[in-house]
Amino acid sequence: MTDRAFAVVRAGALTTVQDGGRPGHAHLGVPRSGALDQPAARLVNRLVGNSPDAAVLETTLDGCALRPRRPVTVAVGGAPCPVTVDGRPAPWGAAVRVPAGALLDVGAARSGVRSYLAFDGGVRVDPVLGSRSTDLLSGLGPPPLTTGAVLPLGSPSGSHARVDTAPQPAPPRELVLRVALGPRADWFTPAALHTLATRAYRVSSASNRIGLRTEGPALVRAFPGELPSEGMVLGAVQVPPDGRPVVFLADHPTTGGYPVVAVVREPDLAAAAQAVPGTPVRFVATGWR
Amino acid sequence: MRALPVGDRALLVELADGAQAQALHAELLRRRATGALRVREIVPAARTVLLDGLDDPGSVRAQLPGWEIPPLPAHAGAALEIPVRYEGPDLAEVAAHWGVAESEVARIHSAAEYRVAFCGFAPGFGYLTGLPDGRSVPRRTTPRTSVPAGSVALAGTYTGVYPRASPGGWQLIGSTDAVLWDHARVPAALLAPGVRVRFVAVER
Repeated sequence: MTDRAFAVVRAGALTTVQDGGRPGHAHLGVPRSGALDQPAARLVNRLVGNSPDAAVLETTLDGCALRPRRPVTVAVGGAPCPVTVDGRPAPWGAAVRVPAGALLDVGAARSGVRSYLAFDGGVRVDPVLGSRSTDLLSGLGPPPLTTGAVLPLGSPSGSHARVDTAPQPAPPRELVLRVALGPRADWFTPAALHTLATRAYRVSSASNRIGLRTEGPALVRAFPGELPSEGMVLGAVQVPPDGRPVVFLADHPTTGGYPVVAVVREPDLAAAAQAVPGTPVRFVATGWR
Repeated sequence: MRALPVGDRALLVELADGAQAQALHAELLRRRATGALRVREIVPAARTVLLDGLDDPGSVRAQLPGWEIPPLPAHAGAALEIPVRYEGPDLAEVAAHWGVAESEVARIHSAAEYRVAFCGFAPGFGYLTGLPDGRSVPRRTTPRTSVPAGSVALAGTYTGVYPRASPGGWQLIGSTDAVLWDHARVPAALLAPGVRVRFVAVER
């Protein structure tokens, strides 16, 4: 390992390495994984001159603190949060030079859930099946950060970012998820589909990288019985026996046995990654196909 | 055959039974290999095949009914052999369910030929079809909190082998030293969909 590395001083509640994920292996039972808020991960990479899919850190609610062994350029985005270098305030959403041995502290999210840290050169842990992403469901990729761990960084490409700062969407006060009904909408009563499309749900605190769980009126099945296991897509709205919709996020299982009532538009999932527990959720059935 | 839209980039193709799903899966792999079909993920399952990452799902959906899909040849080519010590903790329960002696379970299970229908649950966990008719077994009423890696197990009409230690509710009839999952290997899963398998009884 070269000296281009950082030591973890405070790992935070859940900080993982994420990139564009490992699509193409679903048939072997391998989740796609990758940053939950892909636009935020791509943006912080651009701010430090990386390729958009370079590996970044994804924090959860309370940030993390790190000490680089060499001077690095860092950008923090996604959920807005205080950023300090050796205790001095530093900008969020812009490239910051961190001297060797300085303490970079990414504070708790002021709103939203997940902040993203890009380093010039990217996090260079060993890839697994073409990706450096941590997959919490199946345990592929590097483990979540732990205090005292040291992670390697790659060499900067030498290209300069073409932007200094860039606008980022605020985390949602209300999460509006556009859905296309199906493939198993016919497993639910018409009244249940009306409920899904018209009633308010809330983000459950049981949400994680596997799924956005919701609380709200249960969706009633049109008939009992079991569905044989079938392939699942990102954004699938799966309905377990308790009737509360679960929106599948990046670490979702690749096959499953509960009916999928609808599928969320992929561009709407970045906001789902930033919705704190309790956020109102509306599913809007659209003709976006 | 019925193709259901799944969001704006995917189709779920529903077949009459598992054999037809496996035949369609093989046909889809052939078409992707020739470049006739462009799709990111082909995910077979119990009675369906998911096509995810299609540029134009509508046109694939329109073409599918016109495809000729040859049935899978039953015994073509060599089958992968997996050595099994038939001494799992649920041997007695499976024997009782089948109404045979415990020693018969190994003979019945190793006499059949299997095929990996699909994966799921964990990377490299394959659902193998091929258990003789009338030999399905229920899942355990209480799942185990940890099933050791290499456990050979039955549930419903499927056989599976746990690639790593995990919770599980399948009936454990034996164990193997075969490496089910190695992400440095291509493919990483020993039991990838379409692979034919024979289980060979070995002593400890």
